[in-house]
Amino acid sequence: MTMIENSGPVTPPPIIGRAAPANAGNVALAEKVSVRGLNFYYGDNRALKNVNVPLYAGLVTAFIGPSGCGKSTLLRVLNRIYDLYPHQRAEGQVLLDNQDVLSTGQDLNLLRARVGMVFQKPTPFPMSIYENIAFGIRLYERLPKSDIDGRVESALRRAALWDEVKDKLSANGLSLSGGQQQRLCIARTVAVKPEVILLDEPCSALDPIATAKIEELIDELKSDYTIAIVTHNMQQAARVSDYTAFMFLGELVEFGPTTKIFTTPSERRTQDYITGRFG
Amino acid sequence: MTIYTRRRAKNATVLTLSIGATLFGIGWLALILGTLIWEALSGLSLSVFTEMTPPPGSAGGLLNPIVGSLIITILAVLVGTPLGMLAGTYMAEYGRYTHITTIVRFINDILLSAPSIVVGLFIYELLVRPMGHFSGFAGSMALAVIVIPVVVRTTEDMLLLVPRELREAASALGMPRARMIARVCYRAARAGLITGVLLAVARISGETAPLLFTALNNQFFSTDLNKPMASLPAVIFQFALSPYQEWQRLAWVGALLITVAVLALSIAARALASRKTS
Repeated sequence: MTMIENSGPVTPPPIIGRAAPANAGNVALAEKVSVRGLNFYYGDNRALKNVNVPLYAGLVTAFIGPSGCGKSTLLRVLNRIYDLYPHQRAEGQVLLDNQDVLSTGQDLNLLRARVGMVFQKPTPFPMSIYENIAFGIRLYERLPKSDIDGRVESALRRAALWDEVKDKLSANGLSLSGGQQQRLCIARTVAVKPEVILLDEPCSALDPIATAKIEELIDELKSDYTIAIVTHNMQQAARVSDYTAFMFLGELVEFGPTTKIFTTPSERRTQDYITGRFG
Repeated sequence: MTIYTRRRAKNATVLTLSIGATLFGIGWLALILGTLIWEALSGLSLSVFTEMTPPPGSAGGLLNPIVGSLIITILAVLVGTPLGMLAGTYMAEYGRYTHITTIVRFINDILLSAPSIVVGLFIYELLVRPMGHFSGFAGSMALAVIVIPVVVRTTEDMLLLVPRELREAASALGMPRARMIARVCYRAARAGLITGVLLAVARISGETAPLLFTALNNQFFSTDLNKPMASLPAVIFQFALSPYQEWQRLAWVGALLITVAVLALSIAARALASRKTS
């Protein structure tokens, strides 16, 4: 693959199917998020069964598995977005920097400011490109206009969108193409400076070129953020992640370094799934 | 081939009937509008907008009922819209899954189709009798009661059309709910919300029964909300039933004015609804 866009002279080309995770192995990894004994219910339907998984700081963790296996559900627990709906509840522990975000005292807005999320469908707000990003920044920070301008620009640059939109910042966010809209959503998420970024099948609505851009972006972002990505695309998981979790029917079947999961999985079901025998 | 022929015959029959029914409906509408314009045009002049309603037998205009209708309608919308929007917002956003929303929606639907004369009697009992006299204010309140269910309904419907993903995206930024509703949901549903208000205005601008019980009528120019106030529907009602030719002519003109105003609002509402969010 060639680099689609020149994102600067110092950036190394993205490594595809990297041989080993950047700092996996014998180095002690810091758990930014620890999911412990998590059960999740949609009404009476148990969608997650005793899930235990860490998200390591500064790394990308991919969640793979067939539809309905609970990957998106797991992601939606981490920022408690499920709380918008009745009859959905989680049991167990989700520790963010050793604090349980499932506790009743957790302020949801502050949690979500720390744990950002990008959705499957691009969801720009019905306002200008500039406002789409500035809006989120203003939620938690009082800044002079010049500072906001700077933050908007740097967020758009990080999302590799700046060059395409710098002349039309006042255009409606909905006027962008699907891939641009999704990068706008990533920029919006990055702009509020979260610590963790959750990506819920961020490329499923995009063409291969836009997908490649977003994958490059994930690679760049992980130096500053802890990233979790849900994907149906196993090649994508192999390309972008350091660790991979395979889920099946609400259970976490296997978790480990991506290279290991894709080459020598210890579970039969993982093997069957990644070789395409089911799912 | 017989099946095919029969199918074609059936199709031709149903098509003919459908076209016939459409023409029948449109024909009456054209006839009504034609009569209205035919009868009203001869009476339409500048004096309609500058002179008061005349005593029987002399010339005059419709200034007092035009102004009265404007005041009563605007006040009714100013009172009814916020109430309706807030209730609709509760039903679509905060209380979407609650039992009370189901009940409120049911009652609102009843109110939506309640005969307006009942609303007039209700306000008569509630305001006119205690105050001891008819008033423009009471007329406004009666129309506001009609505005509320229309706005509740459209607000709820339009907010329910806002995609769930947009709400999730806003929440995922750590946006408090109230701000999400005000800045994202309202904005996404803006065209529909405005349409709802315009529809409510169209609905009340021809209402006569509730006004007869509340604002009554006034031969003279008055902007005092505490006094009886003239309105176009009430004047049309009074003038059309009178034996005087000048009054009958003015009633036609008044009817034309209301029709044109409602038509303009409907077109505006349609244009807004079909326009993409800019």
